[in-house]
Amino acid sequence: MNAADNLAPIANATSIPWAEVPEWPVADLVRVVADALTRNGRLCSWFGVAEPTAGPALSHAEGPALSGVEGEGAIRLVAVVAFDAENTLAVGRSLPFSEEKYPALTLLNHQAHLFEREVWEQFGVEPEGHPWLKPVRRTAGNAPANGEFFRVDGGEIHEVAVGPVHAGVIEPGHFRFQCAGEEVIHLEIALGYQHRGIERALAGGPHRATMAQMETASGDTTIGHATAYATVLESLAGTEAPLRAQWLRAIALELERLACHTGDLGALAGDVAFLPTSSACGKIRGDFLNLSALLCGNRFGRGLVRPGGCRHDLEPERAKTMLARLETHLADAEQAATWLWDAASVRARFENVGCVYPQQAAAIGMVGPAARASGLVRDVRYDHPAGWHRFAQAPVAVWSGGDVLARARVRWLEIQRSGQFLREQIATPPEGGIRDELAPAAPDSLAVALVEGWRGEVCHVALTDAAGRFRRYKITDPSFHNWTGLALALRNQAISDFPINNKSFNLSYCGFDL
Amino acid sequence: MFVLDTITHRLKAGCATMAYPDGPAPALPDRHGGALRVDGAKCADGCTACVPVCPTEAIAREAGKPVALDLGRCLFCGECVAACPSKAIVQTRDHRLAVRRREDLVLGAPGQEELRLAAALDAQMKKLLGRSLRLRQVSAGGCGACEADINVLGTIGWDLGRFGIQYVASPRHADGLIITGPVSKGMELALKKTWDAVPGPKIAIAVGACAISGGPFVGHAETCQGADSVVPIDLYIPGCPPHPLTILDGLLRIIGRLEGKAAGEAPDGKVMAG
Repeated sequence: MNAADNLAPIANATSIPWAEVPEWPVADLVRVVADALTRNGRLCSWFGVAEPTAGPALSHAEGPALSGVEGEGAIRLVAVVAFDAENTLAVGRSLPFSEEKYPALTLLNHQAHLFEREVWEQFGVEPEGHPWLKPVRRTAGNAPANGEFFRVDGGEIHEVAVGPVHAGVIEPGHFRFQCAGEEVIHLEIALGYQHRGIERALAGGPHRATMAQMETASGDTTIGHATAYATVLESLAGTEAPLRAQWLRAIALELERLACHTGDLGALAGDVAFLPTSSACGKIRGDFLNLSALLCGNRFGRGLVRPGGCRHDLEPERAKTMLARLETHLADAEQAATWLWDAASVRARFENVGCVYPQQAAAIGMVGPAARASGLVRDVRYDHPAGWHRFAQAPVAVWSGGDVLARARVRWLEIQRSGQFLREQIATPPEGGIRDELAPAAPDSLAVALVEGWRGEVCHVALTDAAGRFRRYKITDPSFHNWTGLALALRNQAISDFPINNKSFNLSYCGFDL
Repeated sequence: MFVLDTITHRLKAGCATMAYPDGPAPALPDRHGGALRVDGAKCADGCTACVPVCPTEAIAREAGKPVALDLGRCLFCGECVAACPSKAIVQTRDHRLAVRRREDLVLGAPGQEELRLAAALDAQMKKLLGRSLRLRQVSAGGCGACEADINVLGTIGWDLGRFGIQYVASPRHADGLIITGPVSKGMELALKKTWDAVPGPKIAIAVGACAISGGPFVGHAETCQGADSVVPIDLYIPGCPPHPLTILDGLLRIIGRLEGKAAGEAPDGKVMAG
């Protein structure tokens, strides 16, 4: 049986006319999608779209309710499913419905649990039977509408609340632990503190600030989100960026990965008081960021990727400088990593801590290095290659065990492989220009772009209206899939191990909150 | 083996901390334009070429008035520099951007072509905080980039500790806050409570376009349009994110540690410390 049976097949970085997306009554869509997910499908995105109403569109400054993104009229649900082994994506949608309830997909497949909470929060449509229906990121007044926390009863049980303001220089989020002594029975993660209204502002776009908002959706994944956004607009314009621009984006994406993975190894070392690697990686991370700055002037890659191409080139002289510096920094990273793996005290703290088993990782649809550390072979660059990755790939880095050690090991493998990828690619540039004028976006079309950011799959889905403006724009940061993985990792662990578990995932709060 | 290896490497690596501010500042990357200079007198009559290209609507020109560019909203993308036909907006390659008053970030009028850089705290506050400044960082809708480049100052290349500046875990231990992000509504209460928990006398520092004005999210109902709507700000450090050198300059500037130092321009091409 064809895996994409029923749902309409679509390749990464392409678009499909909205009218050609197959539609079912909502209960049937739930069954079709659940069926696809049991055939090794993976839920990339699941979101609501308000049916157009006759009233005038509101501008983004006017407040929460806005057609397309949030509201109370008839809506459709849209599903994007990935069949990784078959290198195919598939899309489907429901018929418009105004009922207040539909049968929850979550009951048939856990990958949908946060997506369905999100739909409920945005449109007031209840996924009937959802076991834990509560807000995802909505603000009530001057704090998030967290709702009731899950509580474990018992005389021995105590509750620990951490955040939103944490001890380190990191983003805000709230962690609620149910503990028996030192042991964590349950961790609930409540986010929403970082919500800046990005998706709502995208309706009717692109606007002047849209590119900057994509670059700051999750600030350490600037290239990942900017590339996904640019790819969406390019596929809606029926074109792609010049080859040399695709090459530049691939280089920038790996530089981003190098910097973040190196920083994470340092942070993990710091959390187990292993200072040589911690000190070295703090500096090497900055060295890698400076390579992004060498390319575009900004350490986080801002201003490089634009719809239609890139704004800065990597000329031969600059490429030579970059390669030379890259070699130095990779050698430094190798030294720092060697210290880490050689230290028995580090191994003792990393091994068998925070295990996420392959079945769990698959069941909740984890992505990126965290999923690969649980033995799942999934990597957008390999499974759904688009842009430059159609011509050049780094081998997928997988480790088994699912513990903190595995998540650290996968990072180190990826540092090595990104380094090798950069060596090869920087030495063999394609010719040509770096930026084209972009044609207007196709009207009434759905475009999907996946990019393997350093945390995993960045998914952007755009639906245009009759004028080619965004009717709905859905962003799914890899963190959206993976926060549940952190909660699972903490089960039956010592609460004092929360910091290394958290660092081993290093998820984005703002990428989740949007 | 491990110990010998570590010691050998340390000896070979030498001191990784930069000489700045006693020596030259590390060079900004060549594509990082640094501070902007806006000479409104150079604008052609009625020209508004720079206005529509700005992603955050940081530039305005009312009829008959000089152009006004608000560096508090600026993302330093350089689109306006490229769009300006008369070179009224140029980049100076200067890393120094920190100011004490919000209005000092608005450029363009005669006499206000450049930033009015921050002066040190008054004598009393300088005496209290000049040799030991403990800061609690609060990310309030920040994307993680400002936070990362605040954090990097603590690494061995920059070694913030040598100035007596440290990021502390609790507001109770802090002399002030260093705030990033546009202050999302979801963080408004938490920021207020954190500020209240800092014992006086205290200062607040806003880092990045978001914390100064809302940045890319200016006008969003989900944000408070910057930190000074919640907390009185003593130092504004613009950028998206500001370069670590820019942040360090701001911190040293406010505690008077740069008085008597040269501007610290470095020869181009010098590799930055991490």
